[in-house]
Amino acid sequence: MLKFLQGSKKTKKIGFKSLLPISAILCLVLTINLLSGCSQKPPSGQEAKGEPETGAKADEFIILATTTSTYDSGLLDVLLPAFTKKYGIEVRVVSKGTGQVLEIGKRGDADALLVHDRAAELKLVEEGYFTDRQDVMYNDFIVVGPSADPARVKGHQKVMDAFAAIASGGHNFVSRGDDSGTNRKELSVWKKAGIDASGGWYLSVGQGMGDTLRMAGEMQAYTLADRATYLSLKGSLNLEIVLEGDPVLFNQYGIMSVNPAKHSHVKYDSARKFIEFMMSPEGQEMIASFQIGGESLFFPGKGVAD
Amino acid sequence: MPGSEMILEVKNLSKVYDKEVINIGQLSFRRGRIYGIIGPSGAGKSTFLRLINFLEAPTTGDIYFKGEPVFMNGRGAGLPVLQKMTMVFQKPLLFKTSVKENIAYGLKARGFKKEEIQERVETLLKKVGLNEFAGRLATTLSGGEAQRVALARAVAFEPALLLLDEPTANLDPSNVELIERLILDLNRDTDMTIVMVTHNIFQARRIPQEVIFLHEGRVVETGETEKMFTSPEDPRTRAFVEGRMIF
Amino acid sequence: MSLLFEGILQAFKLILTLDPYMMQIVLLSLQVSGMAVLFATLAGVPLGTYLGLKPAERTRFAGKLLYTLMGLPPVVAGLVFYLLFSRMGPLGVLGLLWTPAAMIIAQFALALPIIAGLTMIGIRGSGKEVQETARTLGAGKLLTAWTVVRESRFAIFGAVVTGLGRVIAEVGAVMIVGGNIEGRTRVMTTAIVLETGKGNFELAVGLGLALLVISFAINSLLYHFQGGGKDNAW
Repeated sequence: MLKFLQGSKKTKKIGFKSLLPISAILCLVLTINLLSGCSQKPPSGQEAKGEPETGAKADEFIILATTTSTYDSGLLDVLLPAFTKKYGIEVRVVSKGTGQVLEIGKRGDADALLVHDRAAELKLVEEGYFTDRQDVMYNDFIVVGPSADPARVKGHQKVMDAFAAIASGGHNFVSRGDDSGTNRKELSVWKKAGIDASGGWYLSVGQGMGDTLRMAGEMQAYTLADRATYLSLKGSLNLEIVLEGDPVLFNQYGIMSVNPAKHSHVKYDSARKFIEFMMSPEGQEMIASFQIGGESLFFPGKGVAD
Repeated sequence: MPGSEMILEVKNLSKVYDKEVINIGQLSFRRGRIYGIIGPSGAGKSTFLRLINFLEAPTTGDIYFKGEPVFMNGRGAGLPVLQKMTMVFQKPLLFKTSVKENIAYGLKARGFKKEEIQERVETLLKKVGLNEFAGRLATTLSGGEAQRVALARAVAFEPALLLLDEPTANLDPSNVELIERLILDLNRDTDMTIVMVTHNIFQARRIPQEVIFLHEGRVVETGETEKMFTSPEDPRTRAFVEGRMIF
Repeated sequence: MSLLFEGILQAFKLILTLDPYMMQIVLLSLQVSGMAVLFATLAGVPLGTYLGLKPAERTRFAGKLLYTLMGLPPVVAGLVFYLLFSRMGPLGVLGLLWTPAAMIIAQFALALPIIAGLTMIGIRGSGKEVQETARTLGAGKLLTAWTVVRESRFAIFGAVVTGLGRVIAEVGAVMIVGGNIEGRTRVMTTAIVLETGKGNFELAVGLGLALLVISFAINSLLYHFQGGGKDNAW
């Protein structure tokens, strides 16, 4: 009876061996994937400067932090492939408002910057954060609003008067409110006009240019926009230009490199090559010929005297 | 008399939660015998089983396994000792695997060879009358079938000490009979020591050779089954076996 | 409005033609979130199992902490990891900012409390009983733990799938630490934000639809596991 009692016992391994190979494979796959993720950025300390030519030049890349206006307009989609083709350096774009971009640059989290707040840029170059700054292109800001133009902005020449008309009539005005170049410009106009921009009519939305324009269109409100973004979105917006041409609204874009003296890890040489390319006749020509719907969005070079 | 070797012995065993639930001066279990633990509800029967299976640590006391101290001064028992005993709960938990896998569990944990496992599982399935259920998901079995699988799973690896906590509570008569039959067969064919807790005084009279009467956490009386039922010394034991003690 | 209708129409076209730009984004999303959830599972299931086997009174603080972190806003996780991975941050030397690795780590942090917390809840139901049964059958510590996990597999898969559903749909963390770089760190959610801003509604809607399909697949799985899983073949 019960012959199972005569069994050869062996105290061996526990019986979930089958789990081990699976987890081993998982770990391997994960590690490889993570490493490949890391390897997209070479270890710090390995700088562009004096880097030995190992032939892996094509894999090199720089981080370009730029404003949403240049990115959303599609200009970089034209310029960057040409640059990459010529120099074998990939450009990875992080697009944020100018304020954020400058902050990213100050922290050393990018190699090159393309922004539009000239005064702030020059100040930060002076403070040593950035270097090799060039006035790369310009366009202008415009005031857009509903075609009915309830604030009668169209009659004005000066943006300060237009803003005053909007404020005094309590007409809706949408502000980027994101410390971008456009937002900084807008705030400087309110300040110069001596107007306290607050109240139910003033909506600070904290969005990029595209979303801000869209919101202004939905609300039939006024806003300050850069011309490039407005032109690229015009088709889907219910807004028109109500004021343009005031010299105050001039919009200069600057390009610069993060100063390797502040952040030794930045790929300064490659960033300089990018700046050189943008300032070269070829780059400047590409900027000049970039159009949307038959209209130029940017003009090459420096558009204003200091 | 099949062996007088001491399998398990406890000394000064106590367990205190909010109040004292167990306080046993000395109790021992010998090889090859069936012990019945009886007593009213709250007597500490299940707690006692949990203590000697090391599922809970006693507040004080020592436990000896085959003469060796395995629980002294708060140190627990190691795997080699734990692998020589097992317990079947009143409401057994079967793993969400096949009936076969359930029975094989303890064998796999002990590193038995595949063929050996296969052989034992098949023998046991027949023994508990479930050979057609081998591939079935264990959690879909009825209460009686589940209890039979649990018993098969427990004896598969021939523990030296088999603890049964109310193994037939809430079962229908035919399953009760089947399980009692299995217990008696085990006793006849092996030298397993079986300790079963039961609240059923008829079962306590039918199955064990020795009976321990627990009351309020203390051993009131122990002795040969017949003697305990016919001429108990303690009036409380008499009251209980005659069914006069409320529980 | 016709904008939405047009968008959906174009979106279907993008999906049906397997638009490479879109497919690349979808793939990266799945990779990043998949990796994050895989790691979070490897860490969260043991942690949740450990906590679930302890009496609830003794893990009250850990439980509260987990529940709080389960609701951690992705942007907060993003911010924390941005500050950690930034060149000026304590982990800046690793150069992880703007990489998929950074996104995986941030999403790992979002998925971990969910997986650990839900595993804990799942184990708490019957884990103790399973643990005792395994022990009485002579299982060692490892086998006991494995048995407890295996017996709660439906709850645990539910936890994993919930974690995946959360991270694949989040935008805050990946936007901040990934930077939404085209071809590198652009995932479905960040791409939707961008394309909406640029007025590319077709692409935004297409990605939205893809996200919905994936969410549907994930939730179907979840539904399956929460139903206890009818086919118990495994």
